[in-house]
Amino acid sequence: MDIPHTTVVRDDTGLYNGKLGIWLFIASEAMLFGGLFSAYVFLRNGVPDWPNAADLLNVPLASVNTFVLIASSVTVAAGWTALKTGSLRAFRVNFGLTALLGIVFIAIKSFEYSEKFSHGHYPSTSNFYGIYFVLTGVHIAHLLGGILVVLYHAGPGARLWRTDPARFVNRIEVTGLYWHFVDLIWIVLFSLVYLT
Amino acid sequence: MTDVYAEDFAGGHDHPGFLRKYVFSTDHKVIGIQYGLTSLVFLALGFTLMLLMRWQLAYSEQPIPLLDRVFGPDHPLLPGGAMLPEFYNSLGAMHGTIMIFLGVVPLAVGAFGNYLVPLQIGAPDMAFPRINMASYWCYLIGGIVMLLTFIVPGGPPNSGWTSYPPLSVFATHGQTVWLVAMVFIITSSMLGAVNLIVTIVQLRTEGLTFMRLPFFVWTQFTTSFLLLLAFPPLEAAAILQFMDRVAGTSFFLPSGLVVSGEVIEVSGGGSALLWQHLFWFLAHPEVYVLILPAMGIVAEVIANNSRRPLWGYRAMVYSSLFVGFMSFLVWAHHMYLTGMGTTINAFFEATTMIISVPSIVILTALVGSLWYGAIRFNTPMLFALAFLPMFGIGGLTGLPLGLSTSDLYLHDTTYVIGHFHYIVAPGTIFALFAGIYFWFPKVTGKRMNEVLGQIHFWPTLLCMNGIFFPMFIQGMAGMSRRMYDGGLTYAHTEHVLILNKVMTHSAFALAIFQLPFIINILWSLARGARVESNPWDATTLEWAASSPPFGHGYFAAPPVVYRGPYVYYVPGADADFTPQFQPGGGA
Repeated sequence: MDIPHTTVVRDDTGLYNGKLGIWLFIASEAMLFGGLFSAYVFLRNGVPDWPNAADLLNVPLASVNTFVLIASSVTVAAGWTALKTGSLRAFRVNFGLTALLGIVFIAIKSFEYSEKFSHGHYPSTSNFYGIYFVLTGVHIAHLLGGILVVLYHAGPGARLWRTDPARFVNRIEVTGLYWHFVDLIWIVLFSLVYLT
Repeated sequence: MTDVYAEDFAGGHDHPGFLRKYVFSTDHKVIGIQYGLTSLVFLALGFTLMLLMRWQLAYSEQPIPLLDRVFGPDHPLLPGGAMLPEFYNSLGAMHGTIMIFLGVVPLAVGAFGNYLVPLQIGAPDMAFPRINMASYWCYLIGGIVMLLTFIVPGGPPNSGWTSYPPLSVFATHGQTVWLVAMVFIITSSMLGAVNLIVTIVQLRTEGLTFMRLPFFVWTQFTTSFLLLLAFPPLEAAAILQFMDRVAGTSFFLPSGLVVSGEVIEVSGGGSALLWQHLFWFLAHPEVYVLILPAMGIVAEVIANNSRRPLWGYRAMVYSSLFVGFMSFLVWAHHMYLTGMGTTINAFFEATTMIISVPSIVILTALVGSLWYGAIRFNTPMLFALAFLPMFGIGGLTGLPLGLSTSDLYLHDTTYVIGHFHYIVAPGTIFALFAGIYFWFPKVTGKRMNEVLGQIHFWPTLLCMNGIFFPMFIQGMAGMSRRMYDGGLTYAHTEHVLILNKVMTHSAFALAIFQLPFIINILWSLARGARVESNPWDATTLEWAASSPPFGHGYFAAPPVVYRGPYVYYVPGADADFTPQFQPGGGA
């Protein structure tokens, strides 16, 4: 049995199944983070004094992290382009770099966390820290998921390139869309929690 | 083009083992049946919990027959066989949770949607068969974890299905388990919703344009968007409540909160209202998740059995889409009494009145479809017809709750319970019964027994009204919906207390009259009359497949659609129906 339009674009919609699927998934994820960001705004507006983020959070470190993630967005796109031009090697290098940048982000983040913990700042300390840990924590969980998928495609998943290259390119495109979304969430999170 | 699914699960060529075929199946038909059977079990369980509650309301603190023998005289929640107030609260919370999240929605979307949508659009399967399987297994795990709440120390959650903080933050350990189970259930809905939308958009067969889709497919389409976009905010809320309970945060706890006479030590600054906003942002669209597929089923059954095209098909389609959109803008009408302020109240009153319009358009169109029909009064049609006034009562009694002035009086009375149960119980569940009787021949190749069906229908209709109509009377007399003793301590509701017995006896009678349904299913499976592919002389695509449809790709060739979904009684035609898949000209 063949499922139609797994690789071939449907004429009247201009989409293949995976692409529509990932956009719907991203819409759902946007609502998840939308709920959390709304909670942030609600909590912040609900109290007379909300701390100045720059005094409590490490803005320089988070700025570095922002650039790390933006760089990973470049490499993930470069990986897809490499496949489009037929180079599996260049794709693997770029996806390896993407995963590496993701891991660097998490390493920096865990340093930030341990800094907070060593000063006795926990989620229960205040709602500022509470929502900070929840937002960054849920974001890291999404990033971890992304890293696993990227590593899978760079490693064992790349077998598909030999048997069904068109389908593999589609998978990489879909992975890239998700990765960009996770980056975008960080940029919103960074502006909202660290800079305002 | 090679396809991994084709390699892995080619139907007809290799023979997958029992596990692959019936347990870890990627076939949408098997998954649909798995969803159906599991959700029926959960419906029965949720119903049983309700029976215990009804016993308590009518015969307060008297030992429950049988149960006192089963659990012995020393059970901590049932001392001497009579239930404690805490256990009553748990039953309420678990009845709501199980019925909505594990019973009705998985049956309406997981079972009917999974089984029928690919058939009705002429697709070989869902767009993502393995994600479909994952969706079922997430649901099953969520359901099992939810049942674990009954055995964790302290008993199941007892803060209502709405889990309002601060109560839920200090509730038993079962509440934490509830939150974990909800994350599984939300994941399952999300996977299922993505799959259904992609399937409907991408896999429609040749000639099947959007305006030729059966109305049932449209309702599944809208419902999937609601599941996709409304559930995540609840997931966000569940994460926050989990942190409140486990990590000691105070997202939902205000400063200086006093519990049991002592100020609790949390950092404070949170708000219980935040939970209510996030929760109802899910839970109002959820109401339409419960009702839209039911309308879809009823539309199919009515069009087929009145032998008439649906009257106002386009109006129904646009109405269902509009209902879906508006359902995201009415959530705070559950919160008039929280003191949000009159401005916000006025906004939500306006949107609530607006959303009632498309629902009435759909109901009117369904009634209009009967006009000049040659109606066949078989069991599915009886349930579908009964849906119309039952949903009408449920919908109209909602209007006074949608206006803050009248809601001040009616809020938290049994009137509210009566209102939403009329929509879900004699409403949605009647539609689901109609669907089961209607598509049973397609799924099994056997017709259900008509006599047993009628024995099931008429008493069920009577009992449903016997349970829920007295709630309006009690509610308007001022009976609180939270009374553990059924209102014995309320002097001003003394004259309506007798109705507690009416409702309880109706509930137990309702349980007894579900037996003909169960017997009917088993008997028909074994002895039912065999049917051909199109026993109801229906017009939509699923009736082109054999009964039951075998394997993947059950159509001999990809079907082609030539006309709209409900072409009945065309002057000069050979028969009184012209299926979508029948070649030739005409409408």
